[in-house]
Formats: sequence, C-alpha cells, structure tokens
Amino acid sequence: MAQDKPKLKLAVYWGAACGGCCVSVLDVHEKLLDILAHADLVFWPIALDIKYQDVEQMPDQSIDITLFNGAVRNSENEHMAHVLRRKSRILVAYGSCAYLGGIPGLANFYTKEEVFRRVYEESESLDNPQKIHPLPENEVTEGHLHIPSFYNDVLTLAQVVDVDYFIPGCPPQSERLVEVFMDIVNGSDLPLKGSVIGASSKVQCDECKRKKSDKKGITRFYRPWEVTDDGMTCLNEQGILCMGPATRAGCGVRCVEGNAPCRGCYGPLDGIGDAGTRILSAIASMLDGKEPEEINRAIDSIVDPAGTFYRFSLPGSKLRRKVS
Amino acid sequence: MPINDEARVGFYICHCGHNIANMVDVTSVAEYAAKLPNVVLSRDYKYMCSDPGQEMILKDAEVFKLNRIVVASCSPLLHENTFRNATAKAGINQFYFQMVNIRENASWVHEDKELATVKAKDLVRAAISRVVFHKALEKKKVPVNPDVLIVGGGISGISAALNIANAGKKVYLVEKDPTIGGYMAKFDKTFPTLDCAACILTPKMSAVLKHPGITLMSYSEVAAVEGYVGNYQVKVTRKPRYIIEEKCVGCFACIDACIFKEAKFSDEFNEGLSKRKPVYIPFPQATPQVVLIDDKTCIHFKTGKCPQSCAKACDRNAFDFDQKPVTQELEVGTILLCTGFQPFDAARAPYYGYGRYPNVYTSLEVERLVNASGPTGGNVVLRDKTRPKSIGIIHCVGSRDEKTNKWCSRVCCMYSLKLAHLLKEHTDAEIYNFYIDMRTPGKGYEEFYDKLLNEGVHFIRGRVAEVSDWAINEHEKGKLVIRAEDTLIGMVRRIPVDMVVLAVGIEPGKDAQDIRRVFNISCSNEGFFLERHPKLAPVETFTDGIFIAGACQGPKDIPDSVAQAGAAAAQALALIDSGFVELEPNTAFINEELCCGCQVCINLCPYHAITFDETKSVSHINEAICKGCGTCVAACGSGAITQNLFEDQQILSEIYGLLVE
Amino acid sequence: MSTIENSNKDWSPRIIAFFCNWCTYTASDLAGVSRLRYAPTTRVIRVMCSGRIDPEFVIEAFTQGADGILIGGCHPGDCHYSEGNYKCLRRYHLLQRVIGQMGIDQRRLRLEWISASEGKRLQEVVNEMTETLRQLGPSPIKEVVQTVIK
Repeated sequence: MAQDKPKLKLAVYWGAACGGCCVSVLDVHEKLLDILAHADLVFWPIALDIKYQDVEQMPDQSIDITLFNGAVRNSENEHMAHVLRRKSRILVAYGSCAYLGGIPGLANFYTKEEVFRRVYEESESLDNPQKIHPLPENEVTEGHLHIPSFYNDVLTLAQVVDVDYFIPGCPPQSERLVEVFMDIVNGSDLPLKGSVIGASSKVQCDECKRKKSDKKGITRFYRPWEVTDDGMTCLNEQGILCMGPATRAGCGVRCVEGNAPCRGCYGPLDGIGDAGTRILSAIASMLDGKEPEEINRAIDSIVDPAGTFYRFSLPGSKLRRKVS
Repeated sequence: MPINDEARVGFYICHCGHNIANMVDVTSVAEYAAKLPNVVLSRDYKYMCSDPGQEMILKDAEVFKLNRIVVASCSPLLHENTFRNATAKAGINQFYFQMVNIRENASWVHEDKELATVKAKDLVRAAISRVVFHKALEKKKVPVNPDVLIVGGGISGISAALNIANAGKKVYLVEKDPTIGGYMAKFDKTFPTLDCAACILTPKMSAVLKHPGITLMSYSEVAAVEGYVGNYQVKVTRKPRYIIEEKCVGCFACIDACIFKEAKFSDEFNEGLSKRKPVYIPFPQATPQVVLIDDKTCIHFKTGKCPQSCAKACDRNAFDFDQKPVTQELEVGTILLCTGFQPFDAARAPYYGYGRYPNVYTSLEVERLVNASGPTGGNVVLRDKTRPKSIGIIHCVGSRDEKTNKWCSRVCCMYSLKLAHLLKEHTDAEIYNFYIDMRTPGKGYEEFYDKLLNEGVHFIRGRVAEVSDWAINEHEKGKLVIRAEDTLIGMVRRIPVDMVVLAVGIEPGKDAQDIRRVFNISCSNEGFFLERHPKLAPVETFTDGIFIAGACQGPKDIPDSVAQAGAAAAQALALIDSGFVELEPNTAFINEELCCGCQVCINLCPYHAITFDETKSVSHINEAICKGCGTCVAACGSGAITQNLFEDQQILSEIYGLLVE
Repeated sequence: MSTIENSNKDWSPRIIAFFCNWCTYTASDLAGVSRLRYAPTTRVIRVMCSGRIDPEFVIEAFTQGADGILIGGCHPGDCHYSEGNYKCLRRYHLLQRVIGQMGIDQRRLRLEWISASEGKRLQEVVNEMTETLRQLGPSPIKEVVQTVIK
C-alpha cells in the first residue's frame, strides 16, 4: 500500500442516465477495495450523501478524476457538468450516454414538445386530465419552486464541456474501469487527451469467435426471435442484424457471446466521423439484390433503421438530431 | 478551412483563350484564391496547358518553394496528365496536384457570369482544401504484353492486323463470321476510283491468312475479357463449323455431295438473292477456305437420319458432327475493336415498300446484283428476270430522319452515285437519284459526282414521300411510282420506275451493346463506340489499351476506315514499344492494425483482389489486381481500408471546401 | 455563409454532386463540350466509381450546408468496375430510409444513372433537381446541427 502518496480524490456523477453506469462501478466488487486503498470517493450521488453545494465549495481542480455518466439533457446536468469540469483534473465521459448520447439520445428523434406530449398527455399509464406539464419555475404556497429545465436537444458531455477521456459502453465493462484506474494510480503514461480508453482499437468481429465468411448476400433481416441461431455462424450472415462490424470491441463481445447481436454501445473506432453511416454502409454492403424492389424488400425487414444504426450515438453523430 | 503548415500551394487559373475567361471572372478567382489558407501564389494565364504556362509552374515552384499545385482549367480527363507532368518536372511529386474543372463544368454550361464565377471559386476552394491532404505516390510500371487482339475481320480489322503483324508483333484476329472480309467483300466496285473491291481486298485477306504473325480465329467470338492495359486475359469461343478447320482444303466436294441436290436455303452473303446448301462456303474467296455446316438446316442435325453423304465425299476426314463450342484463353496487351456496323433495316421505313414490292431492293442487294460473282453473274435483272428500264435510287433511307436515325451515314451519297454509274453501265436504264443534299466531301468525290452529272443520270432534289404501285394513268401501270417533292422546281413529282434502290444508312452493329459490355467501353448516344476525345483521341477509348477503328466508331467509308485502322495500329504499337504502362496509383490497401476480419469487403471486389489471410485473420488487397474503384473502402466498418488519391480525409475536405468559406 | 447567398441573385440551391469518373463525370464533360446550358447549382466531386461514395460523405455535405446531393453513376450493367453501381444503389436505398427518418426531405438526395453519352440527361437532371430544391427552399440541416436548442 502506497501510504506515502496522498490518496486520489474520485467522483462519480450521473447526468441523464439509467443508473447502470453507477452500478457498473459497484460491479467491480471487491476490487472496489483496491480502488479505495488509493482513492477517496468525494462525490457519488448513488452512494454518498454529498450535496451539490458541497461540491461547488470544493477548490477548483481538487478532484483528481470524475467519471461523468449519462447524457446532458437538462439544465441540472449541464450545470453539474460545468461544476465538475472546474473541480476536476481529469474528466472522463463514462459510458455510452456521456460519450455519444446513448439511449436517452434517441429522444433527439423528437422535440421537447413531442416528448412532453407523449409523457404528460398520451402515456397509457397516465391520469392527467388537465394535461399539466412541469414548469421550471412555479409559485406554490410553500414558496418559489424551481426544477431543472428540460432541453429540446440531448447533448453529449463533450458538447457541453471539455472532456479528457472517453470510456464507452452501456455500461462500460467494470474490469476495464479497474484497469484504467490502476494505470493512473501506477503513474503509467496517460493516453492522449481526447482518447477513447478502456476499449480495443479494433471492432467487435476481431474478438468474435463466430465463423465468418465472405458470403454475406443478405436478402432479408430477422429479429433474433424469428430464426434459430446456429450458435456458430456470423449473426449477420444469418440475417440477424449485428452492429459488430462497425462497433469498437472491448466489452468482451458480451452480447454475441450470449447469442444476442451487438447493438453498438461501444461506438465507432477512432477517426470514424459518424457511427451510424459507418454501420449503415457496412450493412448495406452485405445486402444482395440488384433491383430497387429486391433491395427495398430486404431493407423493409430492418425495423427502424435510423434508430438501429444510431441507437447509442445520435447526439454525437454528424446530424445530432432529427432535422424537422 | 483545414490548415497544413507545410503545404505551400501554387494556384493557377487558365483563361483558355476566351473559353473560360468569357464566363468566369478569372482575375477575381485568382485574387480570391490568393487569400485562401496555404496559398503562396496565385496567377491567371491565357493558356496554362501551353509550354509557357507549364514553364511558369516550373519557375514559380523554385522561386516560391511550392509543394502543391492546383490548376483551374479544363476537365482532368483532358489535361490532368499534362499538369501532373509539369508538377513532376518542377520537382514536386506529381500527385501533389489537383485539377479544377471550370470549363466543361462551369464556363461552357452556364450563362450567368456572376454565378459561374461563384461556382468557380467554390470549386477552387475545394481543390485547395483537398490538395493539402494529398500524399506523395508513385505510378506503378507494369510490362506490356506485346501480343494484340483484333476483333472484327472487315477492312478495318484486316488493315490493322497487317500493320501490326508487319511490325513484328503477334496478332490474334477474331471474326464472328465464317470468313473475314466484312461488307467490303460484298461490293463490286469501290468509289470514286471504281476499282474492283475483290481485287484490292482478297490479296489482303490471303495476306492475313498467310502471315506468320497473325492467328486468324474465324467463326469465333470474344466471350470475356479480364485484366488491364498491357495485360488482358481474353476468352475466345470458337463456334462449331463441324469441320476440322486444319484438314479442310476447300475442294467443295462435300457441297456437291450434300443430300440436298438443289441449294434451297437463303444465302446470307448474297443478301438472300440466291440459295445455298446446309454445307457451304460463304463465297469462293472466303478466308479461310473452309466449309461449314449450318446446323439449323442440315438434315443430320434436324433429324439425325442423314446418310452424311458430305462427310463420305471428304477424302480428308475433315467432318466432325460432334464438334462443340471451344473456348480458348489468350493473353494480350492491347485490343483493337473493328466490329463494324449493320446496314439500316429498310423494313423500318415501310413507306418505301421494301418487303412489300419485290422490285424494291436495298443498296446492298444491288451491290450483289451488279457483282460479276453475284447471284446473277452481274446481270442486273428484276425478280422476274426482266431487265429494268428505269431505276430510282432513294438516298438517306433511315438516315437524317427524326423517325429513324438522325445522323448522316456519310457513305450513301457516294455509293448511290457509284451504283447509278454501274446500273447505267449494266442496264442503260433511266436512272433517277432522289437526294436531300448531295454530300460528296472527299478526295476525288466531288469530281465523281460531276462525272455522273454528265452521264445522263437524273438528279431530283427532294425527300421521297413514298413508293407505291398505285397507278393513276396508263403510263404508271405495272410500275413502282416514286412520289417526291422536287424542291428545285417546287412541285410534287411522280416518277414511275421498274426498280427502286434504297440507299440504306449505317447504324451500330446489333451486338454493339454486348461488345461494349465485354470490353468495358462506352457508346455514344447513337450506339457507336465512344472515342476518348472526338478530335485528339479518336481511336482511343476510356479504357486504356483498348482502341477502336472503322465503322464501329461511326459511319465511315473504306479510305477512312483504313486510315483509322492505321491510327489504331500505331497507338497499339506505341504502347507495345514503350514496353510498359504506368498505372494510376489509385488502388486501395488495408491497415492490418484495424482490420477485424469480418470479410464484408471480399465479395464486393469484382476482381477478387481481396483475400482473407487465415493465419493473421485479416483481409489483404493485392494491389496488382485492384483497379481502384473504392467500393470496399466505403464498406469497411472499421475504416481500415484506404484508397490512394481518394482518401476519406481528402474527399471530406473537398466537401468542406465546396461548402464552407 | 454560402457564396451564393451572398450574391444578389434570387436564392439558388447548392448541390454537391458525386459523379463516377467513367459515366456521369464523362457525361458532364460531354454536356460542356456540347455547350448544354444548365443551372450553376452543382459542385462536382469526382470519384472513380459510385461504389466509393460513403454515406458519411452525403451526411457530411448536408451538415456543411448542401441543399441537395446528387449521385451519378453508370447504368445497371454498365459499371466500369462491373457492379460498383449496385453497391452504391444498396447504400443509397438504406440511406434514403435513414435520412427520411432524420426528417430530411428525401428529394434532397437523388441517385441517377447517367452514361457517358447522356450529356443531355445530365442537363435535365441538374435542372430538374435545381427546380425541386428551389421549391423546397434552403436546407435547414446545417442550422439545426449548429444551433443547440435547450
């Protein structure tokens, strides 16, 4: 134990997130003890009762590493992103949502009004006959009520503040987190600012053990329950839409190992400008058919192409959101 | 705009005389370019492609330490090589060059100078934005196989074959028909000299056959072509003649012995004006002198019950009824296409009565009728064997007509004059020529027309409306009446004649589209093969190493076909004698560090250039086979494939440059 | 700001045209040689084959302000590289779905097979597409991408 070295200060924060990323930090299990031997957790809403104003009062640059998970979708997320940027030496976008927008980013297929209408007016489980929407500012008998304002656009962390590193995954694999952390503790050379860390530099297929051939020739796609996977052959070759060919490896090919197609949560490789068009092009390149009708028949069997190709990356993509 | 600190761009804009400067404000573009990032120098000049223009690049490169060159002028398809060479001469890698097309893509197609100038600026900005990301590349040199394939054994193919073989190169001459000679072999005399076609053609045909450097493959067709300039692999399929070619000496004993005592099948060579047997030779001087069996009419093939008297009559055992198509593979470096034309089908102009009135003939049929070795031995008689006393020759049948072919077929006026002369000579009939315009440009051609004017042949200027047998007076009874407006006297005239000759035009061969696909070349709108440049590269195509000559490129007469064949032969010889070709280095390669082995790319490659390395679990591109289409690049989910000259970053910065100031 | 918007003329769209070297680019040269006048709206990027066109190029051009994208390749069966145009066609159809879902008017992306001899067709296509885009008006894409709405 390096008693002579002062302990690192570590923060974990969630923006627009499901909580899975925080759980993935917990999922390091007993390794957490190793981390805590080297670091104090100074802020972690899921586990510690530390208020925002406590963080705001910390000296600037006093937190060594902040793992920011979740996208930025309201004023609270953005405010904390700025605060944590100021307080942290290293700010890490942790998980698909902070990195590329993630699942909450799919809301960029809609406007704020559409989201509110769905949630507060149309939802099947709703009882809101007066169609009341939340207001950011409200006078109630107890006084002035203030809640964060909801943004029209879901943003990635890097679209709001300067980010040092990105750890992809929905959620990131806990082992990778421990590795990255221990590297920092051991004083290894830090990667270049802006790097994606805790993941591979090749795509999923590189680690995937399924048998691949040059015979793709897809004439239609199947949802996983529509066919019996042989358990051995490349899923795309069986017509099961798998994002593996354009998705960064590093998760251990977890989904495909579990006989489910890769959904693309680790995002694209370095230098790829747009994750969605990259997988779109790779998938289209596997299609068969020369007549527009044949091609479109195959495409018809892809449920929600844009949502599929941009499942985790819409806010971080070139278009960022639905245009109109 | 992306900045590359090391890039020092020299920018030049060409006036192209007035071609560009009239529609694009070149000075303003030059001033604009001077302010763009990385641009060290910006100039405009009257003719960039001229020697002084290129010299200027050389001098500037030294004085201003340029390391990138951008020229805005005409299409890169025209002058990219010119400026790449100038760039190389200036001591800069030739691929640190980018060309901006502001002539074909701007000044020649727009009418608003302000907008054309804006467009030119956008295009210039894109090129400068792109060129900073260019990489130094080398052209790969590959040897040229000296053997040549010539497709088509008409006068063009024959001339080209002899030219090339006489230069000591090996030629494969592939002809789809059983004999070489093409249409010229059918003609009696040739204009304007009236020398006998056979007398000048047959010696050439036999020279082809005898030439040690020429392998004649008659009754054969090219099935497939692979490879690239200097190194083509060609599959040629020989159709079965049912005769072992090497054994047949052309004694024709088999033809006499055929079970059919009388010839009863339409003779293609005589345009159906005579009959032939199922075992036949197209014409006496056919080359090679080898008979063949038409399996569609031969009793053996139809019923299997023929005593095979033909085979029995052959004392050289040359018959082989089991012959099948045989495919042979050839390796050649260059290919000449001399696949010719087809005459316009006169039935497509029903108003002239061809096929309805027996005494309406096509010009090609009349060529056979006046020919001493033709079906009537040169005796011009109608179908009822009587001699015509009056003959009408209708020009421009199928040509210069919105309803059929719009183009002028170039040869019809002259051959009509020739036929008028020959028919007059053979029959002493009254001859009427109906023409729209008389087109006789060519050495000795106008003089020939003059001669005809003095031979008592009538010329009526006007397009013929119709040919009918509807007589309105005694005088017309039993005759074919040609109705036309005589535009010189401004009257509609009815000329009754015994015989009508339709001067049919020239159109692309019926298999031109198939040939085009096999050889990967383009056709012009009319369907003739497209030359690389109408003036400066008339025998080259857009596919390097493939040349065209003769009427497959457009209507032309014998002298022009022979001249063009010579030009194509010279192009092929120049390529062969240079010994090697330089290939555009626009091939793709795979970064093994990124390749995941998904193999999506492999099947996309039409040339099988991509293989999977099982040990490394990565795909690999054989750059010698890659032709640089870039299809695999766009398919790679890892971004592991790069195409030289068309890298993602280069194209993306071009897009950026076009759109962002 | 685009250069065209800066000019005094009525608004005219900007079309990024990806043309294959062998067919459509040659057709555009032919249109030039034949002096066929057409709207000065296209900006051509030459690629060797329409199969090289990465859907990302299309999206990039839209986000940088293109009002329309025109892809030109060889007719089916006529590709200089045998079948690159089919590969382009497959990507094009899938991309059309995606841009439709992204709220981009699908008329802003057009694929046309234009052979080397069809200078006239090129003229017609450019003029037609220009007219369509004039009716659609300026593309909102660049502004949407660059303006975050909170």
